[in-house]
Amino acid sequence: MSLSPEEVKKIAYLARLSIEEEHVEQYSEDLSSIFGLVEQMNAAATDDIEPMAHPQNAMQRLRDDVVTETNQRDKLMANAPLKEDGLFLVPKVLD
Amino acid sequence: MINKTLTELSAGLKDGDFSSVELSQYFLQRIAKYDDELNAFITVTEEQALAAANKADEAIAAGTAGVLTGIPVAYKDLFCTDGIRTSCASKMLDNFIAPYNATVVEKLTAAGMPMLGKTNMDEFAMGSSNENSYYGAVKNPWDLERVPGGSSGGSAVAVCAKLAPVSLGTDTGGSIRQPASLTGVTGIKPTYGRVSRYGMIAYASSLDQGGVFASNAEDCALVLAAIAGFDAKDSTSVEHQVPDFSATLNDSIQGLKIGVPKEFFGEGLDNKIATVIQEALQEYTKLGAEIIDISLPNTHLAIPSYYVIAPAEASSNLSRFDGVRYGYRCEDPKDLTDMYMRSRGEGFGTEVKRRIMTGTYALSAGYYDAYYLKAQKIRRLISNDFKQAFEKVDVIMGPVSPETAFKIGAKTDDPISMYLADIYTLSLNLAGLPGMSIPAGKANDMPVGLQIIGNYFEEAKMLNIAHQFQQATDYHKQLPAQFGGEK
Repeated sequence: MSLSPEEVKKIAYLARLSIEEEHVEQYSEDLSSIFGLVEQMNAAATDDIEPMAHPQNAMQRLRDDVVTETNQRDKLMANAPLKEDGLFLVPKVLD
Repeated sequence: MINKTLTELSAGLKDGDFSSVELSQYFLQRIAKYDDELNAFITVTEEQALAAANKADEAIAAGTAGVLTGIPVAYKDLFCTDGIRTSCASKMLDNFIAPYNATVVEKLTAAGMPMLGKTNMDEFAMGSSNENSYYGAVKNPWDLERVPGGSSGGSAVAVCAKLAPVSLGTDTGGSIRQPASLTGVTGIKPTYGRVSRYGMIAYASSLDQGGVFASNAEDCALVLAAIAGFDAKDSTSVEHQVPDFSATLNDSIQGLKIGVPKEFFGEGLDNKIATVIQEALQEYTKLGAEIIDISLPNTHLAIPSYYVIAPAEASSNLSRFDGVRYGYRCEDPKDLTDMYMRSRGEGFGTEVKRRIMTGTYALSAGYYDAYYLKAQKIRRLISNDFKQAFEKVDVIMGPVSPETAFKIGAKTDDPISMYLADIYTLSLNLAGLPGMSIPAGKANDMPVGLQIIGNYFEEAKMLNIAHQFQQATDYHKQLPAQFGGEK
């Protein structure tokens, strides 16, 4: 299994990660070896095996649809890199 | 002071031998004295510790104190602590002030435990050496040129060098047990769902579990009892009764059936470690246990399936770091995509990026069945291996790590060789089983941990088994000479 530098760039874009050009080759080598390791899974026969998502096979718990949280807007927004009038600021999306 | 168990410290506080303020100051002074060399802490919270210690002293004077009241604790820096930086050892969260407490922090605070600080770790808990930290590598107190293991390296070292009497860590693939083994402390990773994940910054949600580092099983029992239990705020928390883990520590282990998997003694295991483990098993037979050879035939599939499941879940969990609501944002983004890409590209370290990309690829269109679904099926096979083994034995034992602490820098250029070091620990996380590491001796002049694997929710039995070993041996009492300090 090998992931080309082009594929690495595509994956990095999907993951929204900027990767410097000089590091692409290294990531390509590393991801290729990781998937080489991962492909050892292919040797296992798993046709009739139920996939396991939770160790106790628990189902997602639901709660009543009632308000449980108090308003902490200011506290929660205190970590925002850029904000104004209680809103998060991002670069312009529409011209 | 540093050789006292938590029970002894608790008695000392109640008898007025020392106050919680004095006790907290004692550990804060040790941190000030030794942590420049060790780098176990990212943030020291002296002010908060002393304020909490004062409150604890009042509770002790008023007679309302519990057993843990006044005993200081340190938290891995991925447990959210209200009003205090919670960095996950990442540039991404270097400026993040948590707006609330993790459930475990809430519980130990309510129990009256002052927080000494937040400990160093591998960035976002991804690593087995604690070298992947934005704040620099943590050093092993037994040899400062060696790693302490990871990802909870700072929490392990804090207890090893007695910078804290007890600490919390998390274990997604071995991140409590492996550093406990490499630094010679006692660590317990409970059953998945036993301890709330609320407020614990997520790495791989179906594997992550919080636990305890301490000097011995008796201390672990006290703190585990305080953090365990159902929490409606964690959707995978399990409703299961929490026993008094301390009550059964002294039960006899006569007739205990210990399963020893042959797959844990294969190629790659340091012979000297194998010898230490065999001697520990001998000790158990002296205590009345019976050793039974077992097989966990799918052990070799643990690494490949883990390195699909964990990165896949990580790529999803870490998508929340977008430079908008909290965390690092790049300078002068030219548009929204540029902001996402550079904030994440500059904010995350190499190993984190490697795992996000691995997970993104594994989950990308057309590959889901081949990777994630396949890995989940293998997860079932691994879990079934344990299920069958536990029909024949009460507990499973083996090494924690195939090697003792390695030199800093020895594996940084080879991520795969680092991954292979988790061979004996990953399968428990995949199955969701509880595991411990207890000091069992030395190899290459470095500590070796014995792994104790229990069936689901059998932490009480594991702690009992560990405690019995520690009553008969003194490996857990050995301290690195340089940090042994005054008695």
